[in-house]
Amino acid sequence: MDFFLEVLIGGLLAGVMYSMVAIGFVLIFKASGVFNFAQGSMVLFAALTFVSLLERGFAFWSAFAATLASMLVLAWAIERGVLRHLVNRPPITLFMATLGVSFIIEGLAQLLWGAQVHGLELGIKDEPLEFGGVLLSSFDLFAAGTAAALVLALSLLFSRTRIGLSLRAVADDPLAALSVGIRLQRIWGVVWAVAGFVSLVAGLLWGARLGVQFSLSLVVLKALPVLIIGGFSSIGGAIVGGLIVGASEKLAEVYVGPLIGDGLENWFPYVLALLFLLVRPAGLFGERAIERV
Amino acid sequence: MLLLSETGQFSTRYADDRRVFRLRQARLGIIALLAFSYLVVPLWASDYWLSAILIPFLVLSLAGLGLNLLTGYAGQLSLGTAAFMAVGAFAAYNFQLRVEGLPFLASFLLGGLVAAAAGVVFGLPSLRIKGFYLIVSTLAAQFLVEWALTKFGWFSNFNPSGVITAPPLSVLGVDLSSPAGRYLLTLAVVTVLFVVAVRIVRSDLGRNWMAVRDMDTAAAVIGIPVARTKLLAFAIGAFYCGVAGSLWAFAYLGTVEPHGFDLNRSFQVLFIVIIGGLGSILGNFLGAAFIVLLPLLMSNLGGSLLGGVIDPGDTENLQKILFGVLIILFLIREPEGLASLWRGLRARARVWPLRD
Repeated sequence: MDFFLEVLIGGLLAGVMYSMVAIGFVLIFKASGVFNFAQGSMVLFAALTFVSLLERGFAFWSAFAATLASMLVLAWAIERGVLRHLVNRPPITLFMATLGVSFIIEGLAQLLWGAQVHGLELGIKDEPLEFGGVLLSSFDLFAAGTAAALVLALSLLFSRTRIGLSLRAVADDPLAALSVGIRLQRIWGVVWAVAGFVSLVAGLLWGARLGVQFSLSLVVLKALPVLIIGGFSSIGGAIVGGLIVGASEKLAEVYVGPLIGDGLENWFPYVLALLFLLVRPAGLFGERAIERV
Repeated sequence: MLLLSETGQFSTRYADDRRVFRLRQARLGIIALLAFSYLVVPLWASDYWLSAILIPFLVLSLAGLGLNLLTGYAGQLSLGTAAFMAVGAFAAYNFQLRVEGLPFLASFLLGGLVAAAAGVVFGLPSLRIKGFYLIVSTLAAQFLVEWALTKFGWFSNFNPSGVITAPPLSVLGVDLSSPAGRYLLTLAVVTVLFVVAVRIVRSDLGRNWMAVRDMDTAAAVIGIPVARTKLLAFAIGAFYCGVAGSLWAFAYLGTVEPHGFDLNRSFQVLFIVIIGGLGSILGNFLGAAFIVLLPLLMSNLGGSLLGGVIDPGDTENLQKILFGVLIILFLIREPEGLASLWRGLRARARVWPLRD
């Protein structure tokens, strides 16, 4: 039983890391209806920039600030260079544009900082802690704490600030938001910038876990089923989806893996997401689309 | 121009309207093009051109066509193209391996049919899920197929690294393993399948696909069997991808491993379709030519112009950036792809030297 609990909690904590990437998705999808495939490459870009600055002798916080600034520039460039020209296009076009953006960001990141693997040390010890007979990784606990803080900060931003109010208005109905004088393009810029910040945090945590390298951009493929399960437009959904995916993936690896062969964590979340969709076509927390002919 | 004049060429029967090439000059043009590709190209093109450029170009056009039928015509977004290609390739290989004396073309066909079955299975969720949620289903196909082909040795005849090697190609006793032979085989398969695709697109089924693409609720209201239409789109699209996959393995590479059909291959085919033009048959060729030639062009240009200044690792990254920029530019400036550029040119040529 202890072993089961250990696997379960380990999986839940790993799931928190997936949620971090998924939150970036949700923010952008809510505000602009763009399914942002470039989220993973933004994580890569942020982590790579941060670690390269550290290696060039920057202190932690100045490297963090510089990376954040570069993410803001990136967000601005994406809004200016891409999204602004694609207003009112079908969602599939926007999705493919973000595929193009992810190519550019990945190429740029590796052109600027090289393709070798960097180690990233955040100064958090990864040692097993014991809670009531269950061993937990202290790093995972730290990651979960960070995610909780992030979600808290985001919900404060959404519920307590003027900009958050406009964000919610745009998410609710872009046309009505425009007509009461909210500047859509500025909101998009803000949302991409916040998503950039989220991907910076996710990049640091993932980078410290896996090493900063190209495969970091592939976390987007892990975040996708998380989104599907949680629904595209709910931050709470992203968290719950991440937990479900993380836990079930680890449990499947441990208990089902020996039966049909290991390495199933690549596809298991997708099959799981598919099963969820067959029951709830808009995800657990997604808004059900009403169609009119 | 007089030669291009369409005046007086009326469709007097419904059958006329469904012809693959409705206009006289289009028929003449395509006959000239086919004669050129079947007779002149194999004689004149070097082995390098045949086996490194023309064969992948043709195979990718075919895969693009499969995806275009599914995404461009029936509106079902798919990121599992490479999975269907892999299913086709490995199925064709196994039929070839395990059935004594099975002709090559038959194993391609069977490989395509197995891919079609896979397409239907992963297409089933489309009956309930729409839009972006659907890419989960095709991505599940992508990861599941790659995993299964690597994991279970039976598919690759217990090759330790999961690689399959094609036996020498021959059709009806004619040896086709030379570059020209493989080119002709590929060209023949592609020609037949393209004609079939044009016929399908102009048939009831093609019209139903477009109705479902434009709005499936409305399509259901006017009495189109949406479920059957969607599943047929998955089956036929996956069939085309499956045949393309077996050609990729047998006629182009000779040996192939499951990771040759990874997510990047799916994206490559998706880009062919976007750049060429969603919902266009010709666009698949244009897009495939673009995708095959662009990296060659860039590495040649980069080598001659910027050699010494930029090291090879950077060229790859620059190529990636340029690729991304081109995709975005296409989406912004020419959302209907190269095919729409071509239509524009043709409309110009029709009234030349007058202006429209």
